[in-house]
Amino acid sequence: MDLSQALETVSRSDPGMVRAHNEDAVYTNPALGIAILADGMGGYNAGEVASGMVTTLLGSELEKAFGRPESRVIDKDGRQPTGGLLAAEIARANTAVYQAAQSQPQYAGMGTTLVMAVFYDNAISVAHIGDSRLYRLRGEEFRQITRDHSLLQEQIDSGMLTVEQARNSQNKNLVTRAVGVDPSVEPEIHEYATLPGDIYLLCSDGLNDMVEDEEIGMTVQMLAANLELAATQLVQMANDNGGRDNVSVILVRVKHQYPAPHGLGGWVARLLAWFK
Amino acid sequence: MAKLTLSMDGLLLKEIPLTKERTTIGRKPHNDIQIDNLAISGEHAVIVTILNDAFLEDLDSTNGTNVNGQPVKKHFLQNGDVIELGKYRLKYLSETHQQASQADFEKTMIIRPGMMPKTEGSADTKAMMAETQAGMVVPPPQSPDGPTAGGHALNPEPPAAPLRGALQILAGANAGKEMELTKTLSTLGKPGVQVAVITRRPHGYFITHVEGATFPAINGKVLDAQAHPLNDHDIIELAGVKMEFFLKD
Repeated sequence: MDLSQALETVSRSDPGMVRAHNEDAVYTNPALGIAILADGMGGYNAGEVASGMVTTLLGSELEKAFGRPESRVIDKDGRQPTGGLLAAEIARANTAVYQAAQSQPQYAGMGTTLVMAVFYDNAISVAHIGDSRLYRLRGEEFRQITRDHSLLQEQIDSGMLTVEQARNSQNKNLVTRAVGVDPSVEPEIHEYATLPGDIYLLCSDGLNDMVEDEEIGMTVQMLAANLELAATQLVQMANDNGGRDNVSVILVRVKHQYPAPHGLGGWVARLLAWFK
Repeated sequence: MAKLTLSMDGLLLKEIPLTKERTTIGRKPHNDIQIDNLAISGEHAVIVTILNDAFLEDLDSTNGTNVNGQPVKKHFLQNGDVIELGKYRLKYLSETHQQASQADFEKTMIIRPGMMPKTEGSADTKAMMAETQAGMVVPPPQSPDGPTAGGHALNPEPPAAPLRGALQILAGANAGKEMELTKTLSTLGKPGVQVAVITRRPHGYFITHVEGATFPAINGKVLDAQAHPLNDHDIIELAGVKMEFFLKD
C-alpha cells in the first residue's frame, strides 16, 4: 500500500553551530509511512554509530516486514499489528547496538534516543525511548505527544519541579532510558487516530532546547503549506538561538485518509500468505 | 561543583563547597554549616543538591530564611542567589569554572538510579550557559579565568539592540496602514493564492516565498525560492499589494 499520496514527508538533520559532528540520524520511507529519528550519545563520537545503526536497522527491518501482506492487515479484533512488530524490532536493534558497544572499546557506552512513527489505517503508531519528541499540530492546537524519559520530566511528574523551574535546571539532557546501553530496553508505544490536516513533528532535543514550543508550533502552523520551508526554518531558528546541539526534524503532513484493507480483502490476503 | 560563600557585613568568612546531597545549616554543631548566632535556629535550613541543581528549604526556623530579599520556604537556587540568615549572607555559586569544552554542554547522557552521569570533563557546566533561556542568544561566557574554551568561534554575538522592522502599505484601500514585524515569523498574502513569510533573525529580516504560482518581487525584481534579505525601504510587491519595508529605531 503506497502512502506517499496520502502523506507529505520532509526531514532535516543539522550538526548545529557548536558541534563538529552530527550524531543525530533520520530515516523516512514515505511510501510505507515510516519516520524514524535518533539522537546518539556516549563514547567519543560513537553516538553517530549508535543512531546510525538504529535508524538503518529499524528502517530495513520494517521495510521487509511491510513487504509481507499479512503484516499490514487488521486482525479480526480490529487491532493493528504494528505495536508488537515495533517492540520486537526495537528489541533487536537494541541488542545489536548493545553488543557492538560491548565488543569495541571505542564504542563503549554508546547509545541513542529513539522516536519513530508508523502511519497505517488512518492511525499512527508512535514508539519512543529517551527525550526525542513527537509533536502534533491539529488545527490551532500544537502539543507534545510523547513524554520525555528524562530526569527533569520525572521531577516534574513527581511535583519536585515546575515546568518553569525545569527550564532553569542544569540537569538537562539526562535521559532515563536509551537504546543500546542495557541488554534490554522498554520502549513506550502508543497508537493515535490521525485526521487529514494533521502535521506531525519528530525532533531531537537540539530543536526544543533552543526554541520554545510555542515558536515551534507557530512556525509549523504558518508554513504548513510549504513543509520544506518549515523544516528549514525550524533548523535555522535553533541555530540562530545558539545551535548548541545537533538538530533534526521530520515533518509529516496527513493530506487525506489512508484506510487499510479490512474484512474480506484482508482475510483473503492472509489466506494467500498461508500458501507462500 | 557548586559552592556557597559565607559573609557578614560584606566580609568574606568562608567558602563552602556543596559536596553532599543534604547540606544542613543551623546553630547547632551537628550542622554542615554551623553559624553560631542566636538569630539562627538550631536547625535553620537545608540545601538539597540533585546533580547540578540545588534547592534551599527553610526548616521552620524562628526568623525565617530570605533569598534575594524575599522570604522563602522552598527555593530553587540559581547562580548568584543570596541567602540571608540573620546578618549572614550565603551566596550560591553554581559551577562557573568549567574543565569540559563548550561542546560538552547540551550533550545527552543516560542517567541510572544511584549513578552520577559520566562525562569527559565533569557533570558541571558553565553557569553562564545554563542561565540562558531557550529563545535568547547566548552571551559570551565570562569565566573568572578570563576568556577560555568558551570562546568557540562559532558562538554568535549578542545583537546590539533588538531589530524592529515594519511594513507600510503603499497603495489601495489600506494605503498608509502599518504593520510592525515583532514576531519571528510574519506571513503575508492570501493562503492558497500567494503567501510569503518575513523572518526576523538576529542579524536582519528576510523574505521567503511560501506558496503560490507567483513569487514576490522586491524593488521590481521577482524573487526565486531562496530567502532574500530585506533592506531599509525595500518595496515588496505581493498578491497585488505594494508595501514598503523599513527599520524602526
